[in-house]
Amino acid sequence: MTTTIIGVLAALAVLVLTIELLRRRALREKYAVIWLVVSLVAVVFTVFPSLLLRVSQRLGFQIPANFVFAIAALVLLVVGMQLSLEVGRLEDRSQRLAEEVGLLRHDIEQLRREHEASASPVLDAAPEVAPATEQMDPVAPDHPGAQPTGAGDGGSASV
Amino acid sequence: MTGSSAPARIDSPLVELGGGGRALVVVPAWNEAEALPAVLVELRSKIPGVDVLVVDDGSTDGTADLVRLAGTAHVVSLPFNIGVGGAMRAGFLYAERNGYHAVVQCDADGQHDPADIERLLAELDSGLDVVIGARFAGVGDYKVGGFRRVAMRFLASSMSRITGTRLTDVTSGFRASSARAVAVFAREYPPEYLGDTIESLVVARRAGLSIGQLPVELRERQGGTPSQSSFKSVIYLGRAVLVLGLAVLHRGAGKDDA
Repeated sequence: MTTTIIGVLAALAVLVLTIELLRRRALREKYAVIWLVVSLVAVVFTVFPSLLLRVSQRLGFQIPANFVFAIAALVLLVVGMQLSLEVGRLEDRSQRLAEEVGLLRHDIEQLRREHEASASPVLDAAPEVAPATEQMDPVAPDHPGAQPTGAGDGGSASV
Repeated sequence: MTGSSAPARIDSPLVELGGGGRALVVVPAWNEAEALPAVLVELRSKIPGVDVLVVDDGSTDGTADLVRLAGTAHVVSLPFNIGVGGAMRAGFLYAERNGYHAVVQCDADGQHDPADIERLLAELDSGLDVVIGARFAGVGDYKVGGFRRVAMRFLASSMSRITGTRLTDVTSGFRASSARAVAVFAREYPPEYLGDTIESLVVARRAGLSIGQLPVELRERQGGTPSQSSFKSVIYLGRAVLVLGLAVLHRGAGKDDA
């Protein structure tokens, strides 16, 4: 009897936890569905153990526990797969974002240099936000030979 | 995702190729502060007309600042380390968006002689899309020992079969890509382990690009530590075989990602 109570409580706890996480938007539906189903089924089977017995016998399991283990293993496999897929996708996206960030940083540095080059010779002290930003700017001698046909054209042309 | 890259192509690649087109040397660098400055100087003196892009792959030793100080190369700084494949993909994207017609990948440790870059580019002009600067091809006296050598031989022969050309050194990081290849690689350059060497050739082959090699001499590294130890070469071969197998099985990436 006590084991039944513990089982029911555990199943209910998972159900409540899932719902609470969903309510707080900490868990997304696409991951929550499987846990909702699992905890609901667990609640039903712990409240009506005879149902578990009948189902497992119908499916040809000699011991109901084996049925539970088999289902549990399957569920975990599916969840693990789903998470691996998601992690892979996220990794790919973060890599692409890293590449884009790098390219954008390059363009910003170049624009800033061009801007300073065109703005500064006349009154070079005042208007810039100069010292606060952590720019390592001794770069000013701007790509000597690289420029004539250089990437600068493409960059400024597209702006 | 990268669909906005179209306007960067200002002039059509084929028109200028006769004169060599505009080439970009991409140097992926991860904590190469020791060797990189000398490499930049050498690139500038040996091929003064060619633009250089250093892709700083999340270095923590100020590699990017050194390049900015030198002022002879463009720098793309990645926010964190994503590996050579990812760094090169950034380089190909840069080349494509800025209208370069060829990309030469060159190591940051000084192993590759910049004087060979023009020879690689000349091979592109003769119609190849991907040219590998190959060690073991009769020039120079580059040697590796034991198991790693077996692994590289194996990879070379499998890749020769897959690509239909005789390749002796598929793991070389010294290679040139034509405008067609740049367009392909900017879209799908495999960012994973060994993707930049082995899998990229499979990608190229699948895209219908022609692949060839050019014997080059390999020099001593000018700094940093070589990324090979005899213990690791067993694992290296295992992973390489896995990568190779998966690359052949791939349906062609990029289709199913957002």
